[in-house]
Amino acid sequence: MNALATPPKNFEVKPKLAANGEELGELLEVSMGPHHPSTHGVFRMDVVLDGEKVVKLKPVFGYLHRNHEKIGENISYLANMPYTDRLDYFCSMTNNWAYALTIEKLAGLVVPERAEYIRAIMAELTRLQNHTCLIGFFVQDMGALGTPMMYAFREREKILDLFEEVSGARMMCNYMRFGGVRVDVNDEWIAKTKKVVADYSKFLDEFGTFLTENEIVLARTQFVGVLPKDLAINASITGPMLRAAGVNYDLRKVDKYGIYSRFNFQVPVGEHGDIYDRYMIRVLEMRESIKILEQALRDIPVGPVMDPKAKLRGFRPKAGEVYGRVEAPKGELGFYVISDGSPNPYRYRVRPPSFINLTILEDMCLGHNISDAVVILGSVDIVLGEVDR
Amino acid sequence: MLGEQIIKGMAVTARNFFGSYFSKNRLTTVQYPEERLPQKGNTRQFPFLVYDGDDAEKGLRCVACQICEKECPPKCIYIVKSKDKKPDYKGQPQIYPLTFDIDISVCMSCQICVEVCPFESIKMNTEFELSTADRFGDLLLTKEKLAKPNSYYQKIHPADAAESDAVIAAEKAKAEAKAKAAAEAKVKADAEAKAKAAAAAAAAPIAPPPANPPTTT
Repeated sequence: MNALATPPKNFEVKPKLAANGEELGELLEVSMGPHHPSTHGVFRMDVVLDGEKVVKLKPVFGYLHRNHEKIGENISYLANMPYTDRLDYFCSMTNNWAYALTIEKLAGLVVPERAEYIRAIMAELTRLQNHTCLIGFFVQDMGALGTPMMYAFREREKILDLFEEVSGARMMCNYMRFGGVRVDVNDEWIAKTKKVVADYSKFLDEFGTFLTENEIVLARTQFVGVLPKDLAINASITGPMLRAAGVNYDLRKVDKYGIYSRFNFQVPVGEHGDIYDRYMIRVLEMRESIKILEQALRDIPVGPVMDPKAKLRGFRPKAGEVYGRVEAPKGELGFYVISDGSPNPYRYRVRPPSFINLTILEDMCLGHNISDAVVILGSVDIVLGEVDR
Repeated sequence: MLGEQIIKGMAVTARNFFGSYFSKNRLTTVQYPEERLPQKGNTRQFPFLVYDGDDAEKGLRCVACQICEKECPPKCIYIVKSKDKKPDYKGQPQIYPLTFDIDISVCMSCQICVEVCPFESIKMNTEFELSTADRFGDLLLTKEKLAKPNSYYQKIHPADAAESDAVIAAEKAKAEAKAKAAAEAKVKADAEAKAKAAAAAAAAPIAPPPANPPTTT
């Protein structure tokens, strides 16, 4: 008999029994996805339902697996840079930064001052557009089809235009290099960015009036999908989800990578760990990002943007192993690289924030309605390019 | 009051809706293809090969060094080296590519080939309307389709083209200076060898044949 024809164990539907052993009704197993509009990509949830309540949830992924790590081990260090864009395709700039930071650590390159400022500006712009889009998406999951997402995308496009002007592409920027950035920004670009940043707080005010106190949003999000503090720490959740659970942990403050020690900003921390806190954390983080951007755009010095020691062709870092991490909009994005002195990495591993944040999905969804499960997934902020790699 | 915030939110929607009739900020739709956005500074789509002068075959800058082929992340470049040589822009005999294919259905527009090219010969195009009915034939760009004159590059990326022209001019000047120095050295060496031979002839009845004069410095 064909092994594939036998159904997997978790597809068994068991009758629900009352305390006296009497059958009450059947549990229903629903396979949500992989082509489900609200799962943010090709992601499947095997949900067991009792009525409308979730009693079991199994995330199934791998539909977008494309061998990212193995490809990285077989091509040169430089050639892997454009592949990191495709991890989390919303935040290619922070992915580039994390990878460049790791290899710089390995090769001992020093990034010039101006390049560090440009990197911080790019990363914070990425954070702005990622959080804006995320809010648009997850409000759409709650049923507000279209409008908030269109507003979010309208603003995102302004930031993507800035990216395109400098790096040549809207999303797959491929902008950073080991020892600096690929092209310098000009004064005109900085003036444009200043304008976009100045307008952004106005947009956030409008978006806030639109959503923050909306009764439907409150009813759907408050005390739904609560993630307790200790569970979040144990499951190594990072990013806005961890901070929403009440843990003050931000790599920009902890590691102080790049030049983040020079900026004056705060880390918003939540209290309840529910969806509403996760939403609010992102809104407040955007405000802090605007603060960082204002400081960075004011202080950016003139100078070179590449380390003169860095070379493009024949780049061979010395043997050794290194782990580099940055605070990506979704959490801690880390790259672990072992070098044996050859042009390719010997081992290359990605620590994707949204994959690890997704592992906690079942604990947050149990006991909630199926419609809430969709919103909870939306608030985790996953990108399947990064989950599956 | 319950529902107050919903009404406020709807006011925001209304402001955006009516604002879209007056403010370009709120109505961002561009009616492509009738209406087009201006090209952004460093826009890149797919690579092309630059040639100098009018003849694509003669002026092609590519010397088939295959660095781009090796560095290309999705391995979409295919090069066959020539057996013979032809003069390049410096006048030196160089290998040229017999075949230079880029499969743009595989290419991911990352610009790494442009960065690693030491000869300023491969650059990024800005053309994006490349849809075709033939999946295999039309998306595999051969050398003939890829070759574009330098004037085209100057048109699409003026700043970068000026930079690359400066590099080429510097290389050319360097090569010319070197050739000139070599020629001068040759003249000098010839004269020296002649003088030596004359001296030797004067000293000995049977002069040895002069040693091969050095041709380069």
